[in-house]
Amino acid sequence: MKHVYTWGAILAVVLASTTGDVLLSRAMKKVGDVGELWRRSGLLTVAGRILRRPSFMLGIFMMAVAFFSLLFALSWADVSLVAPASASLTFVANAVAAKIFLHERVDHRRWIAALLVAGGVVLLAA
Amino acid sequence: MTFRKYLVLAGVTLFAAIGDSLLARGMKQVGNISLQRLPEIISAILNPWVALGIFFLLGFFAAYMTALSWADLTYVLPATSLGYVLLALSAKFFLHEQVTTTRWLGIGLISAGVGFVTQGPALTRHPPHHDTPEAESEPVGTRAES
Repeated sequence: MKHVYTWGAILAVVLASTTGDVLLSRAMKKVGDVGELWRRSGLLTVAGRILRRPSFMLGIFMMAVAFFSLLFALSWADVSLVAPASASLTFVANAVAAKIFLHERVDHRRWIAALLVAGGVVLLAA
Repeated sequence: MTFRKYLVLAGVTLFAAIGDSLLARGMKQVGNISLQRLPEIISAILNPWVALGIFFLLGFFAAYMTALSWADLTYVLPATSLGYVLLALSAKFFLHEQVTTTRWLGIGLISAGVGFVTQGPALTRHPPHHDTPEAESEPVGTRAES
């Protein structure tokens, strides 16, 4: 049962943080280059534009879900398993989700980068 | 990619690593919090290390959102993963943990991944219906701007 809880919670972390990242990325693409916008119309306009995006708020909510799922996972298993497992799976899941939902061009270079980083994170915790 | 944009990416990397290190240090002082007594986690933010960590993580979030406003998610995430390396190094030098060969290998893999992705374009352009294959090999700097 311990394994079911642990991996269930890790899966929840991966799904929630991937959803969160995709939503936040989509929101910020809609807002546009923040640096340029700041120079043209000031910080308040930037903050207003970001906070008015429903996908930004939903993204923050998903990040909170991911955070509490992580806390739950940590209550069942060691941090040396939970942190790298969820972080490296999130890297790969993000590459897939960004390709499908954000239509990013995930070329060989980016696949290899995502896999290298995911593998590296696993080794760091070994 | 302009110099200013690389600075933002460096900010994402540094703030995340510093913030996490500070949180870890603070939470060691606070001690274990069980799920049954989860509300105690609120008082954890009164710990000065944790408070400083949260301050840095707010900086991280601002930099992260800025980066996502002009670069792809699949670019920003690997490009800023050097933070894991910084965390390992801070563990070695400030917390005096031992960094094993396996960990150095992991650090090598992450660095290679970062090198790989930053050679490529930062942002996917969505031209109205013609995907030019040669656009993929275009050098850095020409696509990220404008």
